[in-house]
Amino acid sequence: MRKIRKITKELLLLVVALFFLSPIYIIIVNSFKDRQELYENALALPKSFSFQYYLEAMEKMNFLHALGNSLYITILSVLIIVVLSSMTAWMLARTDNKLSKIIFMTLIATMLIPFQTLMMPLMQFMSTITNTLHIPMFNTREGLIFMHIGFSSSISVFLYHGFVKSIPITLEEAATIDGASKFGVFWRVIFPMLKPITVTVMILNVINIWNDYLLPSLTLTDKGLRTIPLSTFYFFGEFTIKWNLAMAGLMLTIIPVVIFYVLAQKHIIKGIGEGAVK
Amino acid sequence: MSNKSNKWWYLLFTTPLLLIFITVVIIPFLIGIYYAFFEWDGIAANPKVFVGFENFVQLFGDTRFLASTWKTILFTLLAVISVNVVGLVFALLVTSKLRTANAARTMIFMPYLIGGLILGYIWQFIFLDVFTLFGKVTGFDNVFFNWLIDIDYALYALVFVFTWQMAGYIMIIYIAGIQGIPNDVIEASKIDGANGWQRLRKITFPLLMPAFTISLFLTLSSAFKIYDVNLSLTNGGPANSTEMFAMNIYNEIFGYSNYGFGQAKAIVFFFIVAAITLTQVYITKKREVEM
Repeated sequence: MRKIRKITKELLLLVVALFFLSPIYIIIVNSFKDRQELYENALALPKSFSFQYYLEAMEKMNFLHALGNSLYITILSVLIIVVLSSMTAWMLARTDNKLSKIIFMTLIATMLIPFQTLMMPLMQFMSTITNTLHIPMFNTREGLIFMHIGFSSSISVFLYHGFVKSIPITLEEAATIDGASKFGVFWRVIFPMLKPITVTVMILNVINIWNDYLLPSLTLTDKGLRTIPLSTFYFFGEFTIKWNLAMAGLMLTIIPVVIFYVLAQKHIIKGIGEGAVK
Repeated sequence: MSNKSNKWWYLLFTTPLLLIFITVVIIPFLIGIYYAFFEWDGIAANPKVFVGFENFVQLFGDTRFLASTWKTILFTLLAVISVNVVGLVFALLVTSKLRTANAARTMIFMPYLIGGLILGYIWQFIFLDVFTLFGKVTGFDNVFFNWLIDIDYALYALVFVFTWQMAGYIMIIYIAGIQGIPNDVIEASKIDGANGWQRLRKITFPLLMPAFTISLFLTLSSAFKIYDVNLSLTNGGPANSTEMFAMNIYNEIFGYSNYGFGQAKAIVFFFIVAAITLTQVYITKKREVEM
């Protein structure tokens, strides 16, 4: 009796999880069908597996280009965020004075500001910078990276700050006595010890930056610069009626995410848990 | 090492990030407050007219904005309840000693990674086609129809999709909380003869309060700020019935070019989000128990 109950529970959980993911099944099967077949039964398996619609969607979304842009923007942003926010957080945590406290509190407080409160004045200020200093903030991937770094700094510094506090200071002092400069102490001693929280910071930022739609939509107008969410948006603006093609397009955007998830699954789930609890 | 060189290092380590942060967040925030007191259409050559608090007064006469406020509050309320109930139930299920628990956890978390804009498009198709088909086949076509074209149901569709997106994420937080509860407390209660429900109510829930604080904070603030899913699922329709706060602000500024008035809304938005989330954190923090 007990065994049967246990097996029923196991199966039930699996069924719930599969049901939860059933929308993904629906887009997969329909991405292979033609329009006629899709309207006959959206739940059935496709009669033939042709990648025709994938190729068509790829071309219409300029997919490879968008993938390249998304990768470039996400990877570069995240690397710079890790370097700059870990350095900042370490200094703030280790220098116990008023200035550090004010900076830290300001960073925390700004986490409450919704993006919508900043978007218009940010765009105005960025165009002022572009016009007066001749630094192109719009329609460059670097300009967008700059803004991503700014928006990610609070949460990243906050996570690093909490972690640094838990590391004993004696190691640093020993390295200093051995003649290491602050730079050497940080990069050789501290930064390697920050690895667990670095993974968390990277994962949180990868998810946020990869999926961000609004900021790129405001700063990138060149077709060639579109990220994956942006090209998906324009793709749907033009082709909503052809749902089979749209399904192939959606599948294309999900594939990189699934690959990322499969590769880093353990770190992602752990990182998300830690990032939230800290 | 001398004090002077320490200061130099301090500057070297902190300035690059802080400079970017100030440029992207602090200065725009201050400029944003300034703009809220002007009437301006966003065209640089056109004059900015100082109107004082008039933009803020005008908010109370903007029926579309007031309707969107009400919808956002209703959406947030429903979404917070549904995300947390589903997330907590999943967390309790996958922390029980089942072999399929790990696989289930991985699958349930998946939607969170996909991103709001794309989730919205996926569900647009499901409501349009699969719901309709399901309704026809089962005969429950008063429940399963295209929710997105119904003024009342479109909001529930948004709650539904938001729950699908966030539940896995919130589940992870509750899992961390549940795993933090020491086993001996559970064992002791079993010996004392507590049943499953009693253990849940008297031990698990009180000890989960820190996880509640975080989960409620995250769901509250992200429900209030919802934009991507809103844009791709309903685009505010039908008849503006699902135009949430964030979208109303976006449309006011970039759609109707009312930069000053839109920015006043954005400032009010900030105060509402801050007030509500801080109040929630204050209340739930007070209820946390020490081990």
